[in-house]
Amino acid sequence: MFKPNDLILRTTTSLIAFILLGFAVYLLLAGHNSPGGGFVGGLMTASAIVLMNMAYGMETVNKILPINYRTLIPIGLLIAVATGIGSFVFDVPFLSHTFGHFTLPIFGEVELATAMLFDLGVYVTVLGVTMTIILTIANDQEDGLEGNEIGEDSDS
Amino acid sequence: MNNLLDITEKLVNISAIICTIGISISLLLLLIRVMVGPSNADRAVALDGIGINLMGIAALLSVIIVTTKLNDVVLLIGILLFIGTLAIAKYLEKGVIIDRDVD
Repeated sequence: MFKPNDLILRTTTSLIAFILLGFAVYLLLAGHNSPGGGFVGGLMTASAIVLMNMAYGMETVNKILPINYRTLIPIGLLIAVATGIGSFVFDVPFLSHTFGHFTLPIFGEVELATAMLFDLGVYVTVLGVTMTIILTIANDQEDGLEGNEIGEDSDS
Repeated sequence: MNNLLDITEKLVNISAIICTIGISISLLLLLIRVMVGPSNADRAVALDGIGINLMGIAALLSVIIVTTKLNDVVLLIGILLFIGTLAIAKYLEKGVIIDRDVD
């Protein structure tokens, strides 16, 4: 087995992964009045983590991001359901959302909506599902026979 | 003054349409390369070119239908194109896309 030199890939990845994560957060926050939202934001975050996985290998990424992505799915679903149940506290029907204007120290006056919290639940769930699918499939080379055969074929 | 503005608007529109036609011809030629390419690397490079042309078409479309909402789409196509090309290249070279343990 030859050892490839991945220097350019790794240097580019450490730069581009930050841009991807920033773009994902932008998509999540801008979803209220422009294209974007929780779904695309979750997919962008997942693609950033997949990029890191491709460049550095699964073990290294597990070391720096010790997250079990299966636990993210119930957490996201709980957030989404909690925003729905929270509307019972104010004696309004299930899943009714509201918004208000607040004055924050740096940003000035902003409009904060509770639909944002629901979007956050969607974000976490999509991230968990996508990473679970991809990493489970990538882990499926344990017997060593099939993985080695494909590797030898591509060498010839 | 108003007349000049109209002429400029028409000029931008006409040049955007001409550019769209040019990119469409380029897309057709790249499609031929994808179909007849002798090796898999040729197809991968042609797919990369198709993605870049798609970015151009999305940007030109946002000029033709006057909107700024398509800027995110251009960035998104570029990012997904990069990751997809990387995965194809890694598969062609090593046979695995996400390896468990690098060195």
